[in-house]
Amino acid sequence: MCGTCGCGSEENGVTIQNPKEVKTHDHHHHHDGHTHSHEHANNHHHHDHDHSHNHDHEHSHAHSDNHHHKTVIDLEKDILQHNDVMAARNKGYFEAKNIFALNLVSSPGSGKTSILERTLTDLKNEKSFYVIEGDQQTLNDANRIDALDIPVIQINTGKGCHLESDMVYEAVKKLNIKDNSILMIENVGNLVCPSMFNLGENKRVVIISTTEGEDKPIKYPDMFYTSDICIINKIDLLPYLNIDIEKLKSYALQVNPKLKFFEVSATTGEGMKAWYKWLKEN
Amino acid sequence: MHELSIALGIVDIAEKEIKKAKKNKVDLIELEIGTLAGIEFDSLEFIWPAAVKNTVLEGAEKKISIIEGEAKCGDCNHIFKVEKIYDSCPNCKSYLKGIIRGKELRVKYLEVS
Repeated sequence: MCGTCGCGSEENGVTIQNPKEVKTHDHHHHHDGHTHSHEHANNHHHHDHDHSHNHDHEHSHAHSDNHHHKTVIDLEKDILQHNDVMAARNKGYFEAKNIFALNLVSSPGSGKTSILERTLTDLKNEKSFYVIEGDQQTLNDANRIDALDIPVIQINTGKGCHLESDMVYEAVKKLNIKDNSILMIENVGNLVCPSMFNLGENKRVVIISTTEGEDKPIKYPDMFYTSDICIINKIDLLPYLNIDIEKLKSYALQVNPKLKFFEVSATTGEGMKAWYKWLKEN
Repeated sequence: MHELSIALGIVDIAEKEIKKAKKNKVDLIELEIGTLAGIEFDSLEFIWPAAVKNTVLEGAEKKISIIEGEAKCGDCNHIFKVEKIYDSCPNCKSYLKGIIRGKELRVKYLEVS
């Protein structure tokens, strides 16, 4: 079974594509040579980082009525260890090349891609950017970024609900990032699952829009707990909405007192300067 | 539904260990999962039979020890039980805290034959 999506077929597996390579072919994604049926996500890569304390304890249980030889293997092994190891590998690569990597997370429709588009358009002459787009299906987001002439790789997770560090590892290899760049990793739109999967990023940025309701941070606390930055998007809609931004912030600070906020509108550009300042300082 | 990824991660660990130990199947697996680990126990139960089908874990008994959350207050050092990740310190009401226990997500041991 497929590691990320649980399906039996390759159709829904993870694919990692450069939109430029795809454009030269027809709209069907399974053309020769470009379908990387990446063999799976965290689960089936056999990276043997086998730990030393893993000596098979052969306790032969002395149950008098049981003559079966049961072997007990003491493990104490973290289930997410493979993801964490690959994340550490990514992180080391980013550090060595002085790449500032951000993991952008939010519900679908909060404006991750719009914020990215605006940011890239405004800053691309000052900084070198690279983008990894994560979605279950389509190259739509990668095409939007590609239209700005920014190097981009699309990861389609199939039925998978989040990016994992080895997908990012594969995508990063294809991107061939220059030193001293900023890498934006746009995660799959989902306010739950991506929180558990470290990608090796320097900072995690959670985006919430004013249309989502002020109690999202306590409804989906894990994402806010693991993030460093919170961007509140669509502030241009405030006059039409019944939302108390201060309340939203206070909920978010309950979950994570260290969160830093930016209030922006990717549509009008309002508030983006403060975000750019932070981005350039890091 | 990241519980599926988690379940398949567990299967992967079990398959590797069985191979290393040159055994055939797992009779018992014990997991340690903290209440703050981000795992929905019902989802894990739901997905488990599908995840272990045709693997060394098919038919294995599964035990889960649940580890309750505990944190140390960042302001007054009080140690307290945490049910929700945004609970405040009952002593000084601060939200600043370090989680001591409850984030565990581990395979504790396997019984194989």
